[in-house]
Amino acid sequence: MNNFTYTRATSVKDAAQRATADQNAIFIAGGTNLVDRLKVFLDEPSQLIDISRLQMQRIERTANGGLRLGALVTNTAVADYADVRRDYPMLSRAILSGASQQIRNMATVGGNLLQRTRCPYYYDTAFPCNKRQPGSGCPALTGINRMHAILGASEQCLAVHPSDMCVALAALDAVVEVEGTKGKRQIPFTDFHRLPGNTPQRDTNLEPGELITAVVLPPIQFAKSGVYLKLRDRASYAFALISIAAAVDLEGERIKDVRLAMGGVAHKPWRAIEAEKFLIGKPAKTETFQQAAEIALRGAKPLTHNGFKVELTKRAIRRALTVSAKGGGVV
Amino acid sequence: MQHPQEGAGKTSRRNFLGKALTTAGTAIAAPSLLNQATVAKDTALGSEGEMNITLKVNGEQKNLTIEPRVTLLDALRDRLALVGSKKGCDHGQCGACTVLINGQRVYSCLTLAVMQEGKEIVTIEGLAQGDTLHSVQAAFIENDAFQCGYCTPGQICASVALIDEIKRGCASAVTPDLTRPPQLAELSEAEIKERLSGNLCRCSAYNGIVAAVQQAAGQKPPSPVAEVMLSEPTEITA
Repeated sequence: MNNFTYTRATSVKDAAQRATADQNAIFIAGGTNLVDRLKVFLDEPSQLIDISRLQMQRIERTANGGLRLGALVTNTAVADYADVRRDYPMLSRAILSGASQQIRNMATVGGNLLQRTRCPYYYDTAFPCNKRQPGSGCPALTGINRMHAILGASEQCLAVHPSDMCVALAALDAVVEVEGTKGKRQIPFTDFHRLPGNTPQRDTNLEPGELITAVVLPPIQFAKSGVYLKLRDRASYAFALISIAAAVDLEGERIKDVRLAMGGVAHKPWRAIEAEKFLIGKPAKTETFQQAAEIALRGAKPLTHNGFKVELTKRAIRRALTVSAKGGGVV
Repeated sequence: MQHPQEGAGKTSRRNFLGKALTTAGTAIAAPSLLNQATVAKDTALGSEGEMNITLKVNGEQKNLTIEPRVTLLDALRDRLALVGSKKGCDHGQCGACTVLINGQRVYSCLTLAVMQEGKEIVTIEGLAQGDTLHSVQAAFIENDAFQCGYCTPGQICASVALIDEIKRGCASAVTPDLTRPPQLAELSEAEIKERLSGNLCRCSAYNGIVAAVQQAAGQKPPSPVAEVMLSEPTEITA
């Protein structure tokens, strides 16, 4: 990697000011994705601003009974936090199914949201890539695209967002709290990440100089029955082919409320809003879940090598909804 | 290919490192503010863009003059001559570089040395007490848990942390009930495999590694002796 100057931020304000003053600076927290990118010259910052020692390392209950996860809490600490295990098990399970213990011990909440949406072509600088170099082309269109997007992609970029944690956060209606030199703002989780469109180089709606300070989970009583189903080529320590975060709230035999999100299918965690609307008030049975799955995948545009993802995702949705409707646990 | 001559006007790597360490060791006092979470640290850029830092490795304070881009793994191996931690993939995909920071296992290839000031770093070299091996090291030897040995320091550091994680009640992706994480005595083979999936072994000594963790957890590992069923051939009568 190229050399850079290294600065330790003393406060969120200080970090935001430094980053605003130097447009080529990058924040570093856990660094598990950034250091890897630096090594292959995907990022060439003039300055790294170390925010890892700032006071954003706590998990606390919010006034309305939700949870606020500080941006610097490690993935491990979130997954093992007693209230998360009990009240939001899909979040614990999503985190624990991602990466490895070593990475989860370093990776932070904020960093998990800000890891690059990427594919192997992005990582291999021998190939063009619109995310790396806008306008250079997307080799995945005609190349190997088995792991790529089936929803929301553009001619510019077919990469999928690799996070497991973010799929659960999308399902849980989380809110991202950010701060910059112009002040603080809140971004609903589903608006935080972007689809590629004509700007695949931009993964998120974070403005230059802004940093994530926390992710807030609203209280969702029925999230206790939430599940996370991850399907991949090997049993552990691999990205999802596809994944499902689901929680079903039953009133008798009928679905009172539901949350459904998919990973591994798009440039961002994909919330299945239409399928959720369809499910409310319907009986909780296989046929209903199958119809919801059809709705969720209605706009799917499979590529040369990933046609299997459409059917795989439908079956996974059916499975995840079924298990959650029975009370949750291991899918 | 010609090797550059060492001599006047040339700086060999060894001489350079010697100088750097001496300079850091004598001229620079360790900053006393390191343990304050909000301490500012700006790069004191020398001609080489280097910084003076102090790392605590295996209980000893080490002064270093390094560039910010040096990973913890490279600092350990190339500057501190602690070559137990191995560079396998250098991309956080294999686990060979696993060390403990503040008791937590991490990939030293994916973190920068300058970020580790004020933290307790333990490498494979810091596990034994004098000539007495750590119980996990002993278990690896007794259970045939390695072949070429390249991934072993990382496997052992990860296993040491794994045992501690169980004691602290950490869950894994295969834990059936998140509110009841497994105790050491009931730690299953599936749990061990999942929790060690961040460490690859190309010799595939996995069975021995699982057995070593079982022993270190206080369980009785399966016998390393292969059980072969033998039956006498029956006589063929004409």
